[in-house]
Amino acid sequence: MIELSPDEWVAVRLSLRIALVATVVALPFGLAVAWLLARKRFHGKALLDALIHLPLVLPPVVTGYLLLISFGRRGPIGAFLADYFGLVFSFRWTGAALACGVMGFPLLVRPLRLAIEAIDRKLEDAAATLGADRLWVFLSVTLPLALPGLIAGMVLCFAKALGEFGATITFVSNIPGETQTISAAIYTFTQTPGGDAAAGRLVLVAILISLAALIAAEWLARRAGMRFHGE
Amino acid sequence: MLSLDVEKRLGDFFISVRFESAGGVTALFGASGAGKTTLVNMIAGLITPDRGRITLDGAALFESSRGINVPVHRRGIGYVFQEGRLFPHLTVAANLDYGRRMRALPRDPVETGRIVHLLDIGHLVDRRPGKLSGGERQRVAVGRALLMRPRLLLLDEPLASLDETRKREILPYFEKLRDEARVPMVYVSHNAGELARLATSVVWLDGGRVAGVGGVELLAAAREKEIV
Repeated sequence: MIELSPDEWVAVRLSLRIALVATVVALPFGLAVAWLLARKRFHGKALLDALIHLPLVLPPVVTGYLLLISFGRRGPIGAFLADYFGLVFSFRWTGAALACGVMGFPLLVRPLRLAIEAIDRKLEDAAATLGADRLWVFLSVTLPLALPGLIAGMVLCFAKALGEFGATITFVSNIPGETQTISAAIYTFTQTPGGDAAAGRLVLVAILISLAALIAAEWLARRAGMRFHGE
Repeated sequence: MLSLDVEKRLGDFFISVRFESAGGVTALFGASGAGKTTLVNMIAGLITPDRGRITLDGAALFESSRGINVPVHRRGIGYVFQEGRLFPHLTVAANLDYGRRMRALPRDPVETGRIVHLLDIGHLVDRRPGKLSGGERQRVAVGRALLMRPRLLLLDEPLASLDETRKREILPYFEKLRDEARVPMVYVSHNAGELARLATSVVWLDGGRVAGVGGVELLAAAREKEIV
């Protein structure tokens, strides 16, 4: 067993919480965007698609900086959310979750969009003739049939969020107990004399979590796929 | 009673159809490309006509002059598609119950039992659609459409995807359906033999227009003319 110090545990728990919150909060937005991109034609569709994929190709520092100037305490969106909803991002774990959510968003949307595009729309027509309105068609046919894509997207988003470093540290810095994730802690330890052992332990933890996430995803996707073919 | 007077342009194809059907099984007969499926989709609400009106039992489902267009899910019209279109992620039982749940109808085990028995699908209820044969799938599709308690049942070439043996196996169920289910049906097919056994009246479509309305004797006439 790996013996982690209390501080290291804090970083591990914080990382998991940030990644989980980022993925869960991103999900409804991801669903809406994936559905729009898969099903609708509208002006600016190509632009929306490009904007979503931007964090994938931009240097993470740039994404972090953009978040800082828009969602920071003095940024237009950040100031609005702080004044009217009491929602503060700068130098808080919520900011780290926001950065991770933005970075993971394209990875969430892509498999979801492909899954929705692959659904036979005739099944949705059939559901409508049986009395399902558009919301129920989505909930009872589209969503369950897109489930393997949804699982894949959530796992990729979670994994990205777990490993995110550049945008997070630029946006909310590296504060132990608030914004210091596993990645940031490892970075700190490697910069500290005698921090090698601690860095090594956290590296091991990062590997274990990633492996567990991948295995869980594979198992879930298999189960979801089996439901369509098995008895 | 179903009454229909619609026009629709689809690219180069123009469909202009007018007929009434009193009940029983109305056969929509014609070669492929005659506009049969388009017409049925208009009745179901999946395609919107450019002009005209569709009424069912006196109530307008579509009327362009009054801006009426009842959405698909509120028409209460059952639809059996050529390829069945069962929901692959649901069991046969859940497929059968889908329409009742969506329309928030009370459970009716007696009626469910009657239709399951009529179609002989009781042994299939725990399976997934992926494990059914073509004939079984179509019978479940018919059951699913009937159990939503439709005012009208549309069947679009329900046997076309089956081989001759399966067709012969399923046709008696359709005859029973006509005699026992008491739901008016519109039955689309290009197969005169199939329709001769089922139809109470025949609407013959040709090139997007009604070429004739009558009884089953029309099938023979239509067949001859198409050969010539």
